[in-house]
Amino acid sequence: MSIDMSQFYQTFFEESFEGLDVMESGLLGLDVGAADAETVNTIFRAAHSIKGGSGTFGFTSVADFTHVMETLLDEMRDGSRMVTTEAVDLLLKSVDVLREMLTAVQSESDIDVEHVSSIQKKLEVLLHGESTDAEADAESEQSISEDSGASSWQISFKPLDYLLKTGNDPVRIFKELSLLGEYEVECQMDNLPLFADIDPESCYLFWDIKLSGEIKKEQIEEVFEWVDEDCELNIELNGSSEDESVTEELKPVVEELKEVAPVAVETSANVTEPTKKTEPANETSLSIASTQEKVKPSTTKKAVSTDSGSIRVSIDKVDALINMVGELVITQSMLGQLGERVDEDSLEKLQDGLAQLERNTRELQENVMRIRMLPISFAFQRFPRMVRDLSGKLGKDIELRLLGEQTELDKTVMEKIGDPLVHLVRNSIDHGIEMPDDREAAGKPRTGVVELNAFHQGGNIVIEITDDGKGIDRDVVFSKAVEKGLVSENDNLTDEQVYDLIFAPGFSTAKEVSDVSGRGVGMDVVKRNIRELGGNIEIVSAKGEGSKITIRLPLTLAILDGQLIRVGGDTYIVPLVSIIESLQVKAAQVNAIAGQAELYKLRDEYIPVVRLHNVFDLKADSEVLTDGLIVVVEGDGQRAGLFVDDLMGQQQVVIKSLETNYRPVDGVSGATILGDGTVALILDITGLIKLSQQERIEAA
Amino acid sequence: MAKILAVDDSASMRQMVSFTLKGAGHDVMEACDGAEALKLAQTNQVDLVLTDVNMPNMDGVTLIKELRTLPNYKFTPMLTLTTESGTDKKMEGKQAGATGWIVKPFSPDQLLATIKKVLG
Repeated sequence: MSIDMSQFYQTFFEESFEGLDVMESGLLGLDVGAADAETVNTIFRAAHSIKGGSGTFGFTSVADFTHVMETLLDEMRDGSRMVTTEAVDLLLKSVDVLREMLTAVQSESDIDVEHVSSIQKKLEVLLHGESTDAEADAESEQSISEDSGASSWQISFKPLDYLLKTGNDPVRIFKELSLLGEYEVECQMDNLPLFADIDPESCYLFWDIKLSGEIKKEQIEEVFEWVDEDCELNIELNGSSEDESVTEELKPVVEELKEVAPVAVETSANVTEPTKKTEPANETSLSIASTQEKVKPSTTKKAVSTDSGSIRVSIDKVDALINMVGELVITQSMLGQLGERVDEDSLEKLQDGLAQLERNTRELQENVMRIRMLPISFAFQRFPRMVRDLSGKLGKDIELRLLGEQTELDKTVMEKIGDPLVHLVRNSIDHGIEMPDDREAAGKPRTGVVELNAFHQGGNIVIEITDDGKGIDRDVVFSKAVEKGLVSENDNLTDEQVYDLIFAPGFSTAKEVSDVSGRGVGMDVVKRNIRELGGNIEIVSAKGEGSKITIRLPLTLAILDGQLIRVGGDTYIVPLVSIIESLQVKAAQVNAIAGQAELYKLRDEYIPVVRLHNVFDLKADSEVLTDGLIVVVEGDGQRAGLFVDDLMGQQQVVIKSLETNYRPVDGVSGATILGDGTVALILDITGLIKLSQQERIEAA
Repeated sequence: MAKILAVDDSASMRQMVSFTLKGAGHDVMEACDGAEALKLAQTNQVDLVLTDVNMPNMDGVTLIKELRTLPNYKFTPMLTLTTESGTDKKMEGKQAGATGWIVKPFSPDQLLATIKKVLG
């Protein structure tokens, strides 16, 4: 039977990469000297599974490499080896190597053989000490085989009474033996007790078996391999005696035989003279050579993108879905029945049914969305390693705290937020946290703290990155911005505005460009990425006390809570998250500045009024502000009042991309299809505010 | 056709074992650790248990020990899937009541040949 093993590869790679993440986070959590046994065990198991799988699926080089790691971990597990920083560092490096190897195997590209063998060597040195080389291991691999041609074997097989309780069965063993050659079995019942004393679950019988044919002793031993310890077993060539295999009780009999028939013994002794064959001792070096053979360049093969974009969904989410679908079916059949006979009485029932359908649909939608939701720990898990590496490199003491790791967010959002988060955490470590001595001098503990926190707030997920470092020096930022020509020296900026300068393109305050951060690209990209996800980013900082960066992101990119608004005959959707309030206009509070913006006095603040009918060139019901409504919105820190004719309902809308279906339109972030089948545009508040400013400038 | 319980925390190994056995006409149930396997075995009588040794929650050796205490599993063949060719690990399984073992890595053919030994 031949089975195409490649069908299991995808699963193997997925679980192996997961296993590597488990190993990595486990290793990072290990306390040197007092390692938690369960953690070591978990790391060991991950390595063990990778080794088992890679061996089975034919990735020999991976299996060989993992074997060394596994051996090391096994020694740590059973306590015969201390967990040292050195070992943990090396194991972390090995995890990286293994990840590279698996990636290479997966994409069918080349493995960096030199790199792999150098780390493998280091592991072996750690394992065996400096002097050990390959040959030492090979010695135990020697196998001794006995030569024998056609022969007749006499086997005495006396199971211990509990043999059956191991699931072994003498009958099956005989069946196996029968495959080897001619055999005769004689059952001995000497040990059989009286019927009344019989325990039906015990084995009292024993057997003498005569087996003839071209059979080697190992073949017979293999049949009895599993019961070796559970029986008295004696295998010998017929008519001969092999002293070492004769049990004590049989010895006198054999001695007697020798006396009686000395000639026979002599001849058979010649036959049984064991000729020991020794296998070549350099087996290990051979296997290394063959490993290298296997990973030889296969450059003709293209690296295949193996990201099939699969997602793991917990059973309870699937169960909830199935449950939902069940209810949907019930509702459907109920409505179906109503549809068969419609009269006035059934109207009420119909309405009930439709309400139920609506509820079902909404719940189903929510549950389907939940499938895409993953805990943010997927994005957080890379940080312990990164912080460890960076603090080592920079010579800083840093404690990383992760909070709210179970907070869920959309997989797509998670993928896109990963890199910006890395950048921000790097910045906190590089620019925020001071050197231990500086911290001590400033009266702070030597160990700096970087905290990542995630939680839900309304329809958003909020991620906070807090550090207790030196904070952002307002003056340094400001003078740097002036130097870069981003602001003028006379500008009077609020703290927030100054901090916001950090996100300006080409801004970097690092005194020296380090390889950790400070290349001057990044923060602006971070901000842009977050904006693209429909989120925003804020910095709060106090000099000497630390900084806090807050990122707010929508939970999902596919669905939006929207407020429907009407301008003339058209319907638009304003994302609910950006609406602050909606109000009727009091004429006294509107200030029109000639040729410039109309301003609305909202309590103590003046906000510009954006007339949607002007921006989109529409025919509104009325152009008089007091006839309509003002929707106060906020986008990217700026507020504005959208002038609309009317507010309509609020509803969740499914976002359809305008860019892929049409082309990007200023002031519009997407479109959706409403219940009546018409298309409504979703407003991009930030873009809209910009657009209205431009129009005013052009009009002026 | 036999009813076989395959226990391994590695999904790919489980898939491979299960696929091979199903291909040979057996009825296969899968469990990802000893605890799950024990529950399954209690509600479904199986003819053979194939279990990995190192698993979270409950390891293979404990699973076998637990199963052997059940009247229905006194004589059921149970094999461990072990990567250790050393005798220690094999004996640990045997002492718990395992029938025998299969050393990883094994090919589908080796697997089928081995289970033939115990399914009779």
